[in-house]
Amino acid sequence: MNATAQQGVSLQARDVCKSYAGQLVLKGIDFQVERGEVFVLMGPSGSGKTVLLKHLIGLEVPDRGEILIEGQPIHSPGVVDRYRLAMVFQSGALLNSLSVADNVGLYLSEHRLHPPETIAQIVAEKLALVGLKGIENKLPSELSGGMKKRVSIARALVIEPQLILYDEPTSELDPLIAVTIGAEILRLNQRIHVTSIVVTHDRDLAFGIADRIALMHEGELIALGPPDQVKADPHPLVQRFLQADFRFNPESITP
Amino acid sequence: MFQNFGEMLMLLWRTAWALPMTWRQRRKVFDQLFEIGNASLLMACLLSFFIGGVLALQTGPVLAERGLTNFIGQIVGLSMCRELAPAMMAMLIAGRIGSSMAAELGSMTVYQEIDALRTMNINPIQYLVLPRLVAISFALPVLVVFSILVGWLGGAVVSVSNYQIAISYEGYFNSLRDGIDLIDLVNGLFKSAAFAVVIGLVSCHQGLHTIGGPRGIGRSVTKAVANSIILILILDYFLTRLLMHLDR
Repeated sequence: MNATAQQGVSLQARDVCKSYAGQLVLKGIDFQVERGEVFVLMGPSGSGKTVLLKHLIGLEVPDRGEILIEGQPIHSPGVVDRYRLAMVFQSGALLNSLSVADNVGLYLSEHRLHPPETIAQIVAEKLALVGLKGIENKLPSELSGGMKKRVSIARALVIEPQLILYDEPTSELDPLIAVTIGAEILRLNQRIHVTSIVVTHDRDLAFGIADRIALMHEGELIALGPPDQVKADPHPLVQRFLQADFRFNPESITP
Repeated sequence: MFQNFGEMLMLLWRTAWALPMTWRQRRKVFDQLFEIGNASLLMACLLSFFIGGVLALQTGPVLAERGLTNFIGQIVGLSMCRELAPAMMAMLIAGRIGSSMAAELGSMTVYQEIDALRTMNINPIQYLVLPRLVAISFALPVLVVFSILVGWLGGAVVSVSNYQIAISYEGYFNSLRDGIDLIDLVNGLFKSAAFAVVIGLVSCHQGLHTIGGPRGIGRSVTKAVANSIILILILDYFLTRLLMHLDR
């Protein structure tokens, strides 16, 4: 691995539009993520965050506009193969027919990057990093939702990515593990300067790890900037999202 | 319909392009072969025995009435080789294996496992479609050979035990040997290999294009089986015409 490979990559969304069945889901999204930045995408459910994330890693092709990775269109032939990109899916997206170890080591074994013994060692290391020692032989069906998410994070870490996208990395996790995952995102960022894009509803996580935050609403970016700037943004939708009290209040229940 | 057809041709082209990677995926090919054999061999034998038996039962008495029982081995043998074994085994495999391929790939699509592979720069066609298509293309002709042999045996048992036909085993197999050439077997194997590619392609295509949740998976499975059977029967007609033309 060379020195540049260890650094993150820059990413740019330029006027990205996408519609499904005639419904416009992304309405001209524009932003740039710098190398090594932790960029957080927030917004209510259905605002298009996950769809945008899939565009950013090249899984979806925009109807209009483009995604540039290091200044080159991500869908140009061979461009995406030049970089190590990883995504942590909301559901984990582990291959159900493979054991945890095979899932985590899949990238290394399929690309034949190391002999099996080294892969086993790397897998054990990454699993320990997400607090899951000794579950190598289990099948995904034997894991809880939170454990699947952590295995998925370990699978992404194995790639030693230059860009890592997290789709709701702390949903379904208990608060203690959520804090650990947040810390791990930051540690990775500091250690190998990976560019991280995190989609989350978790305001504590977002404001704890973000270099910049973008807030989405109905397929548009309504705020973008460093956490303090977004917090102070006078846009009513931004304030409503950031200041809403999500805590459960039993007194609000009417019999 | 035409879009589906075009997509399937593209899938076939990409899989053919990935064929040099077969050795690398050999473990998955063997897993698939084991699954196909394990799921189908017993049922294929049972089905074939009774197909051969029914064929003898239907034609035997009519031939006996006209003093032509010596031809029964030939009729059962040729029918099994050229038509019944390839077509019936293909339909059996479409139901048992095609459905499971569509369900497995469909569930992987719905639950984003295919997306996860793509983000890891693992080509889903090489990793998932190629082993399945290679395995089914090898397994179906082998099953057809079993089916032909067991079908001949079924025809023999019925021909000997049925009092209206009452031919000896020796007479039956002599008639069979006189009427069957190697080209008839090759004919059946060629058809079965073509049917296998159709089943694999249709099932993998349906699986990879699954949308929606569990309901979408169910829809894909139904479409995979129904479309495979329709295409098998249509292709059967054209292949039969082609092979008859080449036989001349």
